[in-house]
Amino acid sequence: MIAEIVGEFLVLFGTIFYFLSSLGLIRMPDVYNRMQTATKSATLGSLGVIIGVGIWAIGHVGSYAWLPKTLVIAVFLLLTNPISAHALIRAAYKSGIPLWEGSVVDKYREYLEKEEGKEEVSDETKEGEQ
Amino acid sequence: MGEASKISRYLYTVIVLFVIWLFLTSNLDPQELTIGLLFSLIVGALTYEVFTERGLANFHPRRVAYAILYIPYFLWAMIMANLDVAYRVLHPKRPINPGIVECKTVLTNNVGKLTLANSITLTPGTITLDVKGDRYFIHWIDVKDASVEGASDHITRPFEKFLKVIFE
Repeated sequence: MIAEIVGEFLVLFGTIFYFLSSLGLIRMPDVYNRMQTATKSATLGSLGVIIGVGIWAIGHVGSYAWLPKTLVIAVFLLLTNPISAHALIRAAYKSGIPLWEGSVVDKYREYLEKEEGKEEVSDETKEGEQ
Repeated sequence: MGEASKISRYLYTVIVLFVIWLFLTSNLDPQELTIGLLFSLIVGALTYEVFTERGLANFHPRRVAYAILYIPYFLWAMIMANLDVAYRVLHPKRPINPGIVECKTVLTNNVGKLTLANSITLTPGTITLDVKGDRYFIHWIDVKDASVEGASDHITRPFEKFLKVIFE
């Protein structure tokens, strides 16, 4: 009985975060801030729903076989979700999508420009040596 | 740190695979255990070379203890940050202050750096954009401190004290 209530609460908690992340997707100004809300709240939302279902099954079906499986799913989600988020945001940056005009700092651009400058310098020195 | 011996790496892979099997079947029937062990041994033989570099050294009690402590610490950080982002989404004025900051890490181990990057990405409000050596470029939804030192204090330090023990 208690397991059922805890499970239902976790699933509800997860769905609330799903809702918040979709709301953030509409409200945020640029792709980077949208990624923040979309990928993150989806993680906690998914965790809540997945583990909630596992605990719910203890009370509802009376089976302990669900929870370990849902835990494994949750662990694999935690391992893979950030990699896809990282790939998406890096692809967005590399394809030249500008930051929102309210952004305060962009150290990555400074770094890339410095690197490009270095490469040009090294090219020139190579040519000079030749 | 160099690579551990082949036997140690192989045993570590088999143990991890077998534990995953136990979780997936959630059944202690001898038939299930036998077939699980058999497949762990086969798959371990095929994959141990890419699966781990340190082998059984990962099961050092101090590392295991810190890894177990890290789970609730990380979940708590994740929930608090989730609530923070939820507040920013719901607030009518949308109080965000985004930017890309640079952080330094003291970690040298590749797996440790990967775990740190993943932890940063999973904590809402921060996404790892790129990692170059010990420099992390992180998109932060609310830049409190744009300097390298200040950003490191806010983002990487809290995780590092655990990850340093687990992976170094």
